[in-house]
Amino acid sequence: MSLLGSSQFYAEHVKIYPQRVLGRFRVIKWSALAALLAIYYLVPWIRWDRGIGRPDQAVLIDMPGRRAYFFWIEIWPQEVYYLAGLLILGAIGLFLATSLLGRVWCGFTCPQTVWTDLFMQVERWIEGDRNARVKLDKEPLSFRKIRLKVTKHVAWLLIAAATGGAWVMYFNDAPKLAADLIHFRVGTAQLGFIGLFTATTYLLAGWAREQVCIYMCPWPRFQSAMFDEHSLLVTYEVWRGEPRGKMKAKETDKLGDCIDCNLCVNVCPTGVDIRNGQQLACIGCGLCIDACNSVMSKISRPLELITYDSLSNSAARAAGKPPKFKFVRVRTMIYAAGLVVVASAMLYMLSTRATVDVAVQADRSPLFVKLENGDIQDGFTLKISNHTAQPVEYRVSIEDKPEMTLKLIGADPQSVKVMGDSVGTFRMLIKTPRKGLQRKANTLTISAVNVATGEESHHAAIFHGPGGENGEED
Amino acid sequence: MTDVNKDELTGKATTGHEWDGIKELNNPLPKWWVTVLYATILFSVLWWVLYPAIPFLHGYTKGVLGYDEHRTYEQQAAAAAEAQKVWLDKIDAASTDKIASDPELLNFALSGGKALFNENCVACHAPGGAGRPGFPVLADDDWIWGGSLAAIEQTIRHGIRSPDADTRNNQMPRFGADGVLNGEQIGDVANYVLSLSGGKVDQASADKGKQIYADNCVACHGDQGQGNPDLGAPKLTDSIWLYGGDEKSIVAQITKPRQGVMPNWQGRLTDSQIKMLAVYVHSLGGGQ
Repeated sequence: MSLLGSSQFYAEHVKIYPQRVLGRFRVIKWSALAALLAIYYLVPWIRWDRGIGRPDQAVLIDMPGRRAYFFWIEIWPQEVYYLAGLLILGAIGLFLATSLLGRVWCGFTCPQTVWTDLFMQVERWIEGDRNARVKLDKEPLSFRKIRLKVTKHVAWLLIAAATGGAWVMYFNDAPKLAADLIHFRVGTAQLGFIGLFTATTYLLAGWAREQVCIYMCPWPRFQSAMFDEHSLLVTYEVWRGEPRGKMKAKETDKLGDCIDCNLCVNVCPTGVDIRNGQQLACIGCGLCIDACNSVMSKISRPLELITYDSLSNSAARAAGKPPKFKFVRVRTMIYAAGLVVVASAMLYMLSTRATVDVAVQADRSPLFVKLENGDIQDGFTLKISNHTAQPVEYRVSIEDKPEMTLKLIGADPQSVKVMGDSVGTFRMLIKTPRKGLQRKANTLTISAVNVATGEESHHAAIFHGPGGENGEED
Repeated sequence: MTDVNKDELTGKATTGHEWDGIKELNNPLPKWWVTVLYATILFSVLWWVLYPAIPFLHGYTKGVLGYDEHRTYEQQAAAAAEAQKVWLDKIDAASTDKIASDPELLNFALSGGKALFNENCVACHAPGGAGRPGFPVLADDDWIWGGSLAAIEQTIRHGIRSPDADTRNNQMPRFGADGVLNGEQIGDVANYVLSLSGGKVDQASADKGKQIYADNCVACHGDQGQGNPDLGAPKLTDSIWLYGGDEKSIVAQITKPRQGVMPNWQGRLTDSQIKMLAVYVHSLGGGQ
């Protein structure tokens, strides 16, 4: 199925029946699949002691509690930029891997690939390999056909449900939710998300498969921007293989090594013919390498007719020159530097992040009031976030305006107590003599100091007043 | 024989209709699309049967499930009330002083008080107790009837010049309208009153006004103009004036005083609601 050079804008979907193949890349794919699925299913069950009254799940995104826990790291909603940092790291990491090794992400670790691989294997167990499946689909409806199809879809749905079931474990206490699930005591939110992920897994891995990679995913559309002539890609060594021809003809004619057995196409999970060169439907999984190598060893030709090779190496080999592997390139260095910079910045921010955060919001009504003696008073909402697990005592003061005096409702500014892992909200009143308050909006800085450790947090605020020069009425 | 419904050029089926020699190709909608359309039609029919759907002039179809959004709302409101009950019970049992000294109760009372204030009080006192001309600012430290928690609670509960039997009440005489003082005397005493808060005045007039003040005003407003919260007599020495602090406004207030009315909230609000309101108003800026 060639998308390039096709004159039609619309292509009918051709169902793909990938054939089973054994070899090095199949082993890598199975290992990656096992490792990734193990991580996905097991991580929510890891326990991590955080003290009494706090969740003991190592990885937990607690939506109602507005907290995310990753082992020793706890993220508050306002720190969600760490997620942005992780996404940036992921993107640059993807660029680096792609410029070095082509679409290894797509071929080995992308969830779409992993679950599609799993679903294909289940399909193979139930319906048989490629030829059996093609035959089965062509057969008229029979009891056997119905039995096989129903078995397959039930198996798929079970896997899909397990996938959705594992997803919600990341957002709830896993053992408790598992017990609740067994006893059908789950809320609509959990059921909804299990249903959603069951449906998407079933549809994407069971039905959509390579169409996700070819039509839905944006990545193939711009991946070629990360490739250059030194990137290692799944490559058909044209110089060796062409002109291709059947075994028999080879003995008489001067043909290339490719015997045109089509096995590389038959095993491809996206139905690509790699001999057409680089194309966006190729996810770089290397299964055609395994297929071709098995054929080459059978006909006693050198292996690696299809191989991980760079375009420049392929050209060098064709010219009879030794191949050169060039991993250190401007492109890869820029990506690697970007990776290091972002990772260091995140690490620095994470290791030096504050345990206290003070925020001040001025009342909107009234902006200010005049007191009996002519002083001006403003009302504020003061919030002190205590990011530690223990209750902490803070000293709240105005840093830069000695003429202003501060008062908290229900608390002593010298000793403001905030419970562990929570935000203390206080009403704050600040007053100042009318004289000296020259502007309608005057700046001041509020600070909260952890009495025990001395750690500080500052917040700039605006003190509203009537304005006018020298405290005169304006 | 060729199929009459086939287009020769493209080989595709036509609809069979012909207009001036032009035939339309038959491009049916995709099957999945049609399936989804029929599924939505089926869904809507099911919906009409199960849920309230079709309105009539009087009433509507109720649906066999008996679903009613009003009831959902009532259930949610009842659940919220149930969740608040533990706190409201504590507030019912505590005095306003005790509420203000307990951080958790204070927090609850301030949130509840703010909601109640916005529902019941902002029409006159403005959001945040900013006040309006003739309606006292509640965020400053000048209190006509006292600014302690107990005094504020009392004012909210029984009102001022309200129909309540225990209402706060006083009457400033209509010195001008009733002919007690003449215009010149009123001008003099207004000048004197203005001088108490350090305003710029006609000193000769203010000196004359001092005696008039001593004869007519001292009983309520005090010999120094310090006011009396027990009587609801405003302090005259500060810079806060409910009905305006210039000479003209003061003359007007002595001639024919305006007297504000505050409703009594006992009976309209519950005991705990009045307490939360008192704590909230006390926190606005000038609670004593």
